[in-house]
Amino acid sequence: MTVRVGEAATAPDFPVAAKKLVSNAQVRQNVRRATDIIRNKRSRVVEEVEDWEQLRQAGHEIKEHVLRHLDFYLQQFEAACTRAGGVVHWASDAAEANRIIVDVIRAHEATEVIKVKTMTSDEIRLNPALQAAGITPYETDLADLIVQLGEDQPSHIVVPALHLNRMEIRRIFSEKMNLPELGYEPEDLTAAARSYLREKFLRVPIAISGGNFAVAETGSVCVVESEGNGRMCLSLPRVLITLIGIEKIIPKFRDLEVFLQLLPRSATGERMNPYNSIWTGVSPGSGPREFHVVLLDNGRTNVLADDFSRETLDCIRCGACLNACPVYRQTGGHAYGSVYAGPIGAILTPQLQAMQHSQSLPYASSLCGACYEVCPVKINIPEILVHLRGRVVEENHAPLIEKLAMKAAGYALQTPERLSLAQKAARIAQMPFTHDGVIRRLPGMLAGWTSVRDLAPIPKQSFREWWAQRQKEPRL
Amino acid sequence: MHISLFITCYNDTLFPRTGRAVVAVLERLGHTVEFRQAQTCCGQMHYNTGYQAEAMPLMRHFLEVFRDDETICVPSSSCVAMIRDHYPKMAAASGDSAVARAVDKLLPRIFEFSELLVDKLGVTDVRAFFPHSVTLHPSCHSLRSLHLGDKPERLLKQVRGLTLIDLPEATECCGFGGTFAVKNVEVSAAMLSDKLRCVLGTRAEVCTAADNSCLMHIAGGLSRQRTGVRCLHLAEILASTEAGEVS
Repeated sequence: MTVRVGEAATAPDFPVAAKKLVSNAQVRQNVRRATDIIRNKRSRVVEEVEDWEQLRQAGHEIKEHVLRHLDFYLQQFEAACTRAGGVVHWASDAAEANRIIVDVIRAHEATEVIKVKTMTSDEIRLNPALQAAGITPYETDLADLIVQLGEDQPSHIVVPALHLNRMEIRRIFSEKMNLPELGYEPEDLTAAARSYLREKFLRVPIAISGGNFAVAETGSVCVVESEGNGRMCLSLPRVLITLIGIEKIIPKFRDLEVFLQLLPRSATGERMNPYNSIWTGVSPGSGPREFHVVLLDNGRTNVLADDFSRETLDCIRCGACLNACPVYRQTGGHAYGSVYAGPIGAILTPQLQAMQHSQSLPYASSLCGACYEVCPVKINIPEILVHLRGRVVEENHAPLIEKLAMKAAGYALQTPERLSLAQKAARIAQMPFTHDGVIRRLPGMLAGWTSVRDLAPIPKQSFREWWAQRQKEPRL
Repeated sequence: MHISLFITCYNDTLFPRTGRAVVAVLERLGHTVEFRQAQTCCGQMHYNTGYQAEAMPLMRHFLEVFRDDETICVPSSSCVAMIRDHYPKMAAASGDSAVARAVDKLLPRIFEFSELLVDKLGVTDVRAFFPHSVTLHPSCHSLRSLHLGDKPERLLKQVRGLTLIDLPEATECCGFGGTFAVKNVEVSAAMLSDKLRCVLGTRAEVCTAADNSCLMHIAGGLSRQRTGVRCLHLAEILASTEAGEVS
């Protein structure tokens, strides 16, 4: 089994990628504007739910229960889905999932597929695999379509083209759809997308979808969306292939009550998604005649094996943590080098890959806690980030210079005598760098600090020295 | 009341004036302050950077030093967060039941400075005088870990002569994040510039917080840009009187 998460294994480290993006004024402006709008909407519709905290807790507990009994619920889902006429496939990694999907499409001698709501397909790099097999995939989500036509990468879990503005989208549509006269208004752009996509919906015989939830009890799959393209993909084609991670299982149909409240409010600031599609196997005379589900592991069992960070798999992909994150808001999603960006990406991507790649991601956070505060299923992302940093250090992936500095500091801080000595030494060491009572340039690791900030020199007397002196003086 | 001070290694070394201010405020209110010379560090920097093995002896040392103190005052939200949020997990990881018991007994005795004043001592007016305009950076750990709420604000509102100006986008992180500020300089700097824009927009003379780590970061930016705006820990404002500021 080889776990591959998009191109994450070969992506540049976060600080390197972030440096480029931070100096891109247009990306920063686009990301800031879009995340401001979504998070303001989110906080308005969350505030109006009186039992929001109980809902979060319920969401968390249902997911935790599922993860502890995942083997049971997966088999229950397989049985129920099969009974309802679906075909269930198991894929241990990206290559196997791609092979299964290509085989199903080939069996129907199709050369085109339409796609909806499947970030997991980006995780396994399905589109290049399809193209290599002579199959053309068409993304039908407006934002996914923009990303596909622009030969770009998604930058947000829910709003994949969030890093682009209207003018940039207009340019992509105008070029790729060959519409030189295309207008600039949102209505012009959606009209262009609509006529481009409608033709595909009516013609292409096979659809590939993701799934928000898979119900073990009934074998049903649920997809929520805003544009109606999902409804088209799920009902018009003859064959439907749904790709889902094994963590998407929920036990009972009634559990949707919890998640269909948590998800839309957290994701897009809507009380309810405009389209909620739930289907069970195949129904003669209506919808696809053939239904396949591919259940994907691709490293999820790596995450499951770590008691401490297992709750990473609770994620329902709402993207609220991205919109809340001050780091994401400065860089956008591309800095994370993964289809999963932001705080959740920073904990999910390295874990899926068993910590063998993307080791800079757990450090791509100031640990401000804003992500945990908004997470609808209460994933304690800051705690998991710190836990994963521990694994990075433990497994010897930390820079040597940092390790030495930390060991030295750890030694110095163990006794007050050593700490006092270190304080005295630092006071001497800073002298060549102190001018007019301020430090403006430091060498080595600390040069990062002084590249954008000054530093006040260490005062002549530490608190402990002042206290000792005070104890000696007669008190009035 | 007898209050033991955990000054924190950071304040001890870099901001001793904050410690002197805490002593001044507590003694002015009639309490006895003790400083145990054996204290060093809570282990936050090591723990948060992934050096959990190095943090363990620091926690054990902390537990030993403060074993018998009834009330422990800590003028740093992030160090309190380290103790409250992570010591129980570290104790569990140590597999040592004596350590776990010691942590259990420690937690109810730990107070961040404004918690101590408002919750434990029941005061908001500490008889301070500070004739300046001030804006408060609420700080991530104060907000989202300690849930200090409006405690720092209530204390500041009682200071005579002080004009408190609301900080826009106050709950956003300043971009410090400990070693994050060095490991991710570019993003940290971008976050800092947003914070500075908000601080400067208030036209306040002073930016304050319950944590010197954020303040060192914000002050570093304010100084680099020659803004003339300074940062002071909440305790230093509360320690100021008609006779002047703590020196």
